[in-house]
Amino acid sequence: MGETPLFRMEGISKRYGGVHALENASLTVHAGAVHAILGENGAGKSTLIKIMSGVVAPNEGRMFLEGEEVSFADPAAANRAGIVCIFQELSLIPDLSVADNIIVSNPPTRFGLIDHRAQRRMAEEALARAGGEDIHPMAMVRDLPLSRQQIVEIAKALARKPRLLILDEATSALTASDVTRVFEVIKRLRDEGLALLYISHRMHEIAELADECTVFRNGHNVESYQQGAKTDNEVVEMMIGREYSHVFPAKPTPPPADKPPVLELKNLSWTDRLRDISFGVRPGEVVGLGGLDGQGQRELLLAMFGVLRSVEGEIVVDGRKRTIGSPREAKSKDIGMALIPEDRKTEGLMLPMSVRDNLSFAALDRLTRFGVVDRSTESADIERMMKLLAVRSDGTAIPVAALSGGNQQKVVIAKWLMISPRIILLNDPTRGIDVGTKQELYQLLRRLADDGAAIILYSTDYDELIGCCDRVLVMYDGAIHAELVGDEITEHALVGSALNIDSAQSDTAFASRAQ
Amino acid sequence: MKDWRYILAEQRGTLLALALFLLMFTIYVTNHPAGFTPNVVTTAANKGVILALVAMAQCFVVLTAGIDLSVGMVFILANCLGSYIIAGSAIEITLGLIGVMAAGAACGALNGLIVIYGRLQPIVTTIATGAIFFGIALWLRPYPGSEPDFAADLADALTGKLFDTVPASLVFLAGVIVVVWIPFRRSLIGRTVYAVGSSDQAAYMSGLPVRLGRFSAFVLSGFLASLGGIFLTFITYSGEASLANGDNYTLFSIASVVLGGVSLYGGRGSAVGAIFGALAFRAIGDLLFVFDLDPLWQPLFQGIVLGLAVTLGAARLFQVRNRLELFN
Repeated sequence: MGETPLFRMEGISKRYGGVHALENASLTVHAGAVHAILGENGAGKSTLIKIMSGVVAPNEGRMFLEGEEVSFADPAAANRAGIVCIFQELSLIPDLSVADNIIVSNPPTRFGLIDHRAQRRMAEEALARAGGEDIHPMAMVRDLPLSRQQIVEIAKALARKPRLLILDEATSALTASDVTRVFEVIKRLRDEGLALLYISHRMHEIAELADECTVFRNGHNVESYQQGAKTDNEVVEMMIGREYSHVFPAKPTPPPADKPPVLELKNLSWTDRLRDISFGVRPGEVVGLGGLDGQGQRELLLAMFGVLRSVEGEIVVDGRKRTIGSPREAKSKDIGMALIPEDRKTEGLMLPMSVRDNLSFAALDRLTRFGVVDRSTESADIERMMKLLAVRSDGTAIPVAALSGGNQQKVVIAKWLMISPRIILLNDPTRGIDVGTKQELYQLLRRLADDGAAIILYSTDYDELIGCCDRVLVMYDGAIHAELVGDEITEHALVGSALNIDSAQSDTAFASRAQ
Repeated sequence: MKDWRYILAEQRGTLLALALFLLMFTIYVTNHPAGFTPNVVTTAANKGVILALVAMAQCFVVLTAGIDLSVGMVFILANCLGSYIIAGSAIEITLGLIGVMAAGAACGALNGLIVIYGRLQPIVTTIATGAIFFGIALWLRPYPGSEPDFAADLADALTGKLFDTVPASLVFLAGVIVVVWIPFRRSLIGRTVYAVGSSDQAAYMSGLPVRLGRFSAFVLSGFLASLGGIFLTFITYSGEASLANGDNYTLFSIASVVLGGVSLYGGRGSAVGAIFGALAFRAIGDLLFVFDLDPLWQPLFQGIVLGLAVTLGAARLFQVRNRLELFN
C-alpha cells in the first residue's frame, strides 16, 4: 500500500469540557481495504468517527482526503466528500418510508418535484446491494424490526455512493443470517475499491473481515497492525494498559454462601433485549454488572424496578415471588428497592426545584401524616442525609441545578437512602463526576452493604467493578455471559469475557506470559 | 406487489377523517329540512372551507411537532387587512390579495425566525406573536366595517356556485391542495418538514435542510391562515377584529388537525386529512341545528366527539413495552 492513502488524519484532539475524548490521535485508511478500530468503552472510537463524518469538529489536528486537506462543517459536507457513516444509533426517520429514507436528502426530481418512480428504482437498487431485497420500499421504517432497519441504514449509506464507509457497530442489532449477508456486502464493496472503517467489539467479526487494525486507548491510537499479526491476548493487553487511579475500600469477607438472597431473579426475559437472566443477591453483597455498553444492563435494572412491561420470568424478594409493576411498587416498604438512574438530570432530579424538595420526593409517603408533609421529620431526615453524604451545598433551599455534578449525584443517592432501601440498583453512578466524589461514593457503597443492603452496580468503568464488587456478572447480548467471583475479577478477565473471547484460555495465556 | 396496502396504511388517518366527515355530513343533509340542494351544500361548504384553510395552516406547524397558537390571529388580521385593500379596480384588487397573502406569510416568517433563532418553543412564541397580530388587527379595525368599493363581485363568485351546482369555495379549496399541498408533499422541503417532526436529530444527521424546513412550515402556515382570512372577508363583506373568533379558530384548527389524523407528536398525517377533519368538525357542530337542539349543546357535543376520536388515536400506547417511553 505505497500509494497515497485515501484518508489520513493526524494530531487530532477533542475535548469535552475538561475531558479529553481524543488526544493527538492519528489514523490512515487505504482504499480497497477493511480497517478495524478496536478499543474499550470510552477509548475515543465514537468521537473519532464523529469527527471523520462531520458531526463534531476537532479542537486540533488535520484531516487529508487523497492528500488534500479537508474539514467538514456538518454531516452533509462529509457526505459530499464521499465519507458516509452508519451510526450506532440509527439515523433513520421513523415516519418516512424506506425509499424516502434511503434517498432522503437528494432525491431525483422531475419538473422540480420528487420523482417517486425513479426514487423507488434507486432505493430498490440500494436495498439489493445491501442484501435487503425482501424489504418493501414503501414500508414505514417505524414498522420494521430493528435488524431490517439496520439493513435500510446500510442501503441508505450505499445510495450516497461513498468512497469511505464507516460502520459503527453495524451488526449489533442483526441476526446471525443478516450478519452473513452484511459481511458478503462488505467484502464485495472492498473488492469494488471502497475504503471501509469497521468498528466492532466482536473479535471474531474483525478476524473475518479486517485487513488492518488500529487499537485505541484513552483517546489515542496505540498501535496499528495487519490483521493476523497479533493474537487475541496481545490485542486485549493493548486495549487495557491503564493504571489504577482510584482508591477503593477494603472488601470484607463475603457473606456465607448459605445466607438466603434478598433478591433473586429466575429466567428473566424481556422482548429480545434480555434473555433468561437468573441470579441472586444476598444482603451485604455488592454485585457488579459488567460487559460492553448496551448489552442489556440498563434494561435489566429497569426490569427489576418495574419500568418495563411484559417481563417474563420471576422476581423473588425474601423468598416470595413478586410482580413489580411500577417504581412506586418497587420502593414500597416490603420490597424496599431503589434505582439510581443513568441520567441524573432527566430521571434523577427535578433540576429547578430545591435540594430539599428533591431529597424528599422518594420518601414523601413516609414523611406525610394524614396527607400533610411532616416538616420536622422531613428536616431531621434531610439534615441526616446531607451529613451522611457530605453534600456541599449552600443550604437546602437553593435549586439542585446550582450544585456541581458530583454533589447532584449525591443528592440523587441521598434521595433514595431516605427510604432506607434494602436493595439498591445503581446505573453507572460515577459517570461524569470528579475523582474525589467517586471515592466518597465507593466508601458509601461499602458502608451500605456492611449495614445489610444488597447492591447491584452497573458500571462502564472496569476499575470500579474490580474495586467495588464481590461478584461481577458480565453481560453479552442480553444474557449473562460469565460470572467472576472474588480474585477472578481482573481487568483481563472482564475485557476478555465482555468481548466474548474464551476466557479460560486467555487467562492461562495471560498468566504464563506474566511470569 | 401489495403497494396499495402501504398506501392504505399511510393514509389511514386521512381516510378515517373522510369517513367521519361523510357520516356526519350524511346525517346532516338527510335531516336538513331543505335536503341535499346546492344551496344547503354551498352554505355548509363556505363555513367549512374557512376552517379547512386554517386547519391546513395549523397542519404545517403540527407536522414539525410544533403547535401554532397564532393561526387564528393571522386569520383575523388578514380579514381586517383584506377589508381595506381588497377593493377598487381589478388591478388594485389583485394587488390587495397579494398584499394580504404576503402579510400572512410575513407573520408566519416572524414566528419561524423566533422559533429557529430564538430557540423558543412554538407554543410560547405564537401566544406572544398572536397577541401582537391581534393588536394590529384591532388597530386596523377598531369597529367592524369595510370599504365602499369592496370587491363584492369577486366575493360573490368565490362563495357562490359554479354552473349553479358546485360550490365555488370547494373548487378553490381543491385548487389550494393542487397548487400548495401536492408540490409541498413532493418536494425536499416537504420531506424535511415530516422528517423534522418525526426525529429532528435523524433529519440533521441525514443532511436535510432542517432550519429551512421548519421555517417553510411556519411561512406556509401564515400564508394559508391569510387565505382563510380572505375567505372570511368574502363571506362577511367586512373586517372585524373579533378576539372570540380568533381564539375559536385557533382551537378549532387544532381539533380539526387531530380529527384529521395528524399526529401532535409530528411527522404523521396530511393536510388533506386536516381538511376532512375541519369539514367533519363543522358538520358535527351543524348537526345540532338540523335536530333543532339548543345551540348551547354545541360545544358539549363537539367535545364528546373530539374526545372519542382522540381516544381511538391513542390506542397504540397499549403496545409500549418500556414505560419510560410513555413520557417521551
